[in-house]
Amino acid sequence: MTDLAAPGAPASHQQPVRRRPTIPLGVALAIAWLIGMIVVALLADRITPYGVTAMDLKNRLALPGNTGHWLGTDELGRDVLSRLIASVRISLMIAFGATLISAFVGTLLGFLAAHLRGAFEQMVLMLADFQASMPFLIMALAVLAFFGSSLPTLIGLMGIYGWERYARISRGLAISAGQQGYAGAIRQLGATPARIYLRHILPNIASTLIVSMTLVFPEVILLESGLSFLGLGVQPPMTSLGNMVGYGREYLTRAPWIMLAPSLAIVVTTFAVSMLGDWLRDRLDPTLR
Amino acid sequence: MSATTPLVEVEAIARRYTMKKGVFGAPIEVRAVDGVSFSIRRGETLGIVGESGSGKSTTGRMVLGLEMPDAGTVRFDGAAIPPIGGAEWRRQRARMQMIFQDPLAALDRRLPIAAQVREPLDIHLIGNEAEREARVVELLRDVGLSADHGRRYPHELSGGQRQRAVLARALATRPDFLVCDEPVSALDVSIQAQVVNQLIDIQAALGLAMLFISHDLRVVRQVSRRVGVMYLGRIVEEGDADDLFATPVHPYTRALVSAAPHPGRKPTERIVLTGDPPNPADRPSGCAFHPRCAFAVARCRVESPVLADLGAGRQVACHLASPAGAGGVPTGPKLPALEVA
Repeated sequence: MTDLAAPGAPASHQQPVRRRPTIPLGVALAIAWLIGMIVVALLADRITPYGVTAMDLKNRLALPGNTGHWLGTDELGRDVLSRLIASVRISLMIAFGATLISAFVGTLLGFLAAHLRGAFEQMVLMLADFQASMPFLIMALAVLAFFGSSLPTLIGLMGIYGWERYARISRGLAISAGQQGYAGAIRQLGATPARIYLRHILPNIASTLIVSMTLVFPEVILLESGLSFLGLGVQPPMTSLGNMVGYGREYLTRAPWIMLAPSLAIVVTTFAVSMLGDWLRDRLDPTLR
Repeated sequence: MSATTPLVEVEAIARRYTMKKGVFGAPIEVRAVDGVSFSIRRGETLGIVGESGSGKSTTGRMVLGLEMPDAGTVRFDGAAIPPIGGAEWRRQRARMQMIFQDPLAALDRRLPIAAQVREPLDIHLIGNEAEREARVVELLRDVGLSADHGRRYPHELSGGQRQRAVLARALATRPDFLVCDEPVSALDVSIQAQVVNQLIDIQAALGLAMLFISHDLRVVRQVSRRVGVMYLGRIVEEGDADDLFATPVHPYTRALVSAAPHPGRKPTERIVLTGDPPNPADRPSGCAFHPRCAFAVARCRVESPVLADLGAGRQVACHLASPAGAGGVPTGPKLPALEVA
């Protein structure tokens, strides 16, 4: 058949040579953006031109593009670029920290549920249902109202967000792999549970988990932004992307740059993460190469 | 250990599941396997045939210690199977292995074949790095795969090659006992023969004891020396493979044998079973086969036949079977219609 379709082509009986797949331009841009954001977050102290709280009262609400303040200043004459860089650091820290915590907790609980079954599984499923049926923002508001807002509390709280998705995915996939598939076969070889779950099941379901991580990551950024916007998230003088949007809304008509700069950072970052996740899912699957 | 003592002894094992019909329905007990006994000596192959739902696979899993029987005992090399999942149970896995029906599902699709064939050696800490590498190459060669196949992923191999890879993995620890659960039914007929021949060769070369489960009579006959026929969780007939297929005694075995295509035989000789296929949740009273049996008499409806030795190595669970006569061949129930057909 192949010979008929392409008479000139050499017979492709040998194993096809595995070429390094080229990274699509969009994904390359997304990766570049994320790397840039991480570098900015890591070097925040070095590269901010001004202190986050340093006020320049003579230059209040300065337009972006002037040499002293590239992104302008806010109502107190604070440099928007400096505040943006500091915000990126806080927001990324919360988003990364929370996403990793929820992925770890969720996957662990899912695996334990799949392995132990019985009462423990029922409890995990009930908690997952409880979490899924409750608007997280309300829960977050309640917790923050009781315990007050601090950075560790916020990261911990966000770390609860989305765990039930990982738990459900990992439990379901682990059970199906154990009942019929490769995990049952490996267990039958005499492997320890740790080997089965870490060496076989985890790599197999990693692509699914990574995709959920890239779905949860933007949601955490947006959630943190929402909470900060409401004044319950990151507290001044600390600043985050959502916090900046929240305080900038009063000057939306007179000085839109205060709000637009962090908004744009949120949009582009979440978009880049989603795009990277979508590409990673295909890339991590050897059967799709 | 002499060659005559059984390696695997199975005594009256049973497996029950409870099933509920609807929310308020009373739980129904499903007896998937109901009092199965047999033994397998070293180097011997026992074939088990039966239709879907007859409990063959569950029997295989219990014999291998992957499931605990609800009643009865399985003894391997003179000792009971240790509790599932324990360290001792895991160690014992090196001595007994399984070949699965769907080789693609049994392989981890993210690892190259060689890594998976090597896995049992890594798990049971057999040999050092270089020895393991060498053993993998040797195993792949034994089952007819090249080192190049070892570098590929499961989805890059054909069905037959995948089953060979599974076989290589199962043989890695030099097990004494192999359970093959429908090992070739997912393969093309032309590939089936190759894999079956490979199994026979390897079994003969290594002196493996084997439990070969299949619904394909030809394959079972080719592989096994002894065959057990299962119906609704019980063995209804057991005997020497060639004898059993030449002169089946139990009416169910006769129907099975007649259904297998045979060159030079008229298709009219086929016995077509009437009635519903067996449902383990609704087991008929007396002999489970009586609703579909052409020979059934009143006794069959009330009394469940036990497996009785008819001589000549044949055991049959049928009220109407008579022991081996002067000819040395046990006979089953006679019905004029059968002879005419």
